[in-house]
Amino acid sequence: MKSINKYSRRKILKTTSAVAAAITLNSGFPAILKADNNIKIGVPTILSGRVAQLGISVNNALKMATDNFNSSGGLDGRNIELIVRDSRAKPDEAARVCRNFINSDKVDAIINAEASGASFAVQEVVRESGTLCLHTVSETSRLTADPSIRTWNAFRFSRQGIHDAVGSARYAATIIKEKGLKKWMSVNPDYAYGRDSDDTFFWALEKFSPGFEILGKGWPKIFQPDYTEVITQIAREKPDAIYTSLWGGDLVSFIDQAALYGIFKNTQLFAINLADYTTMSAVKNLPEGLHSATRYVAAWPDTDSNRNYDKSYTDLYGDHPTNWSWEASVGIDYLISAIRETGGTDNKKIAEYMKGKQKESFMGVGEGNTVTIRDNDQTIVDYSIGWGTTIPQDPFMNNIQAADWNTIAELEKEWLTDKGWL
Amino acid sequence: MEIFALFDCIISPACLISQTAGGLKIGMLLFLVASGLTLVFGVLGVINFAHGALYMLGAYFSWQVMAVTGHFGLAVICGAIGVGIFGLLFERLLINKVYNADLLVQILLCYSVILILDDLVMIIWGDEFLSGIGVPEVFQIPPLFIFDAIIPPFHIAIVVISMIVALLLWLIMTKTKFGKLVRATAVNPKMLEALGVNTNVIKAGVFMLGSFLAGLGGALAASLGSVVSGMGNSIIIESFIVTVIGGMGSIGGAFIASIIIGMARSFGAVAMPLFTDGIMFLIMVLVLIMKPEGLMGKKK
Repeated sequence: MKSINKYSRRKILKTTSAVAAAITLNSGFPAILKADNNIKIGVPTILSGRVAQLGISVNNALKMATDNFNSSGGLDGRNIELIVRDSRAKPDEAARVCRNFINSDKVDAIINAEASGASFAVQEVVRESGTLCLHTVSETSRLTADPSIRTWNAFRFSRQGIHDAVGSARYAATIIKEKGLKKWMSVNPDYAYGRDSDDTFFWALEKFSPGFEILGKGWPKIFQPDYTEVITQIAREKPDAIYTSLWGGDLVSFIDQAALYGIFKNTQLFAINLADYTTMSAVKNLPEGLHSATRYVAAWPDTDSNRNYDKSYTDLYGDHPTNWSWEASVGIDYLISAIRETGGTDNKKIAEYMKGKQKESFMGVGEGNTVTIRDNDQTIVDYSIGWGTTIPQDPFMNNIQAADWNTIAELEKEWLTDKGWL
Repeated sequence: MEIFALFDCIISPACLISQTAGGLKIGMLLFLVASGLTLVFGVLGVINFAHGALYMLGAYFSWQVMAVTGHFGLAVICGAIGVGIFGLLFERLLINKVYNADLLVQILLCYSVILILDDLVMIIWGDEFLSGIGVPEVFQIPPLFIFDAIIPPFHIAIVVISMIVALLLWLIMTKTKFGKLVRATAVNPKMLEALGVNTNVIKAGVFMLGSFLAGLGGALAASLGSVVSGMGNSIIIESFIVTVIGGMGSIGGAFIASIIIGMARSFGAVAMPLFTDGIMFLIMVLVLIMKPEGLMGKKK
């Protein structure tokens, strides 16, 4: 008791005040009172688990662009500060991370690098808050195609399922004509993206090459380690062709396991998500002649600006960019231009700037190598979509054919009308 | 539901053989993992949710040995033994502290270990999924055709290896002194201690054996697909279903349940491709209603 009594309340208050004053003087004003001038961008993405590499590739792409912006003086001395957080691919966690960005970090914009399920959750958060949001990963068409889901402050910089489906179907139709492929099967992951991809691909294929027969559909669950039951079904049905939207490690496992059955000797595989460096380099003995869309490869589009992008990224990080990287790069590029042109971070001005904006890009195939953020649905068009066949070594793809954006736009309209979204 | 497709499949020799062979391979790989889980639960009374993480470690260890030596057999054996040794340390340092603890404490500990191991493998081997260890050269041959059914020779090897493991497990548990002590530990460890047997050694041995089996399953799985952090999460659910259907603690039950699940998935893909997971849960529910202790579990 004596030792406690020796420190009177007055003495404790004095000492505490002195320490607080010393800390304050030493560090200037408390951080909360400092004028925080940076432009803050919140990035919810997946940094753990099976697709962590993709989230990291988003972070790399964004950092590459913002480092350039900051080192060139920023916006009148204001730098861009990226705040990247892991959602663990969970929609509720992505929504929570987003709310924190808005309420606690007071971000100026959100670059949403989440898969489809979580992107819908993020969309609802930004609809409420009015925060500017750039979706750079989700490919589910509905996110921007369904007018009831759209919001004035959200833009899509990622591929869209219906665009890829039309591009894929048109390419498949040429191979059907060439090789007489009649009997089809499909293997797609059993969740929103897989079902969307299956529906839109066969819907579009019917337009280009009617009269094919679907022998069966396999729906493995996401991250399933063993595909035997699907592969035995394929081996039994002996289709001429298989369409799959499996991706990442799941696609690698499927191809490795199917190769044991000799499936690819007589059956053409159309794997929309194969041609990404991380996936192709992981397949054991990548079979020659598999068909894939060009997710991201340095060989396509076959332009200097694309090769330069690949080189800059590879020099910095020792690895090739991914499909998620280019989408994030194009998104941040638009945002930086908008910040510069509008002279600040007013979300309404930036949204107005982006709507209908055509911009030169390494992934652009529009006039003068441009991509465009379409005015009516605030989604990217005229980005590179190509299909080709695999070869076992770098550059991994050859015989690449470009998709035709006029055809894509035409069939997209028809699809939107069918859905009642136009 | 395509019930006619299932009927057509059953009367077609090619379909029947290929789906049966596929189901057997799925079931036998599952048995390797589930048998370790049921053994640990039966003897130690611990629900080891981290068993899937040990399966993942087996895949990573075998990948590492394969990368260094290029020898498939060595990679699989070292993968399994490595996880066995890891399991021994896991049991001595952590698991033995929660033998008599509340179930929630056990789950909390195991869940923590899952998170730590998932992150640890990403720190050591990178966050990108790895290409598997592949099929040994001797099995890189065209598949067999039996009545027009396609069967990869490597799948036959996997089934044979798993059958041998099942037989060895049965022999160890029924014909050896260690097996008798294990069974006695499961029934009455206090009596065994009173007779001068060090049950801590038995428990550590059982956990090591269970971990070895998980590692073996992971190493063989690495030959058939990619290796990635978190890959144990999907197998653990199926392993628990097998354990519940077969009877908690029964290796024979795990063997039968694994085959049932393998066949359900293989033939389920023909009849109800969108409901194959549902079939597994349905079987589990039916067993729980009709025989709550599991097919070969003992009533308590």
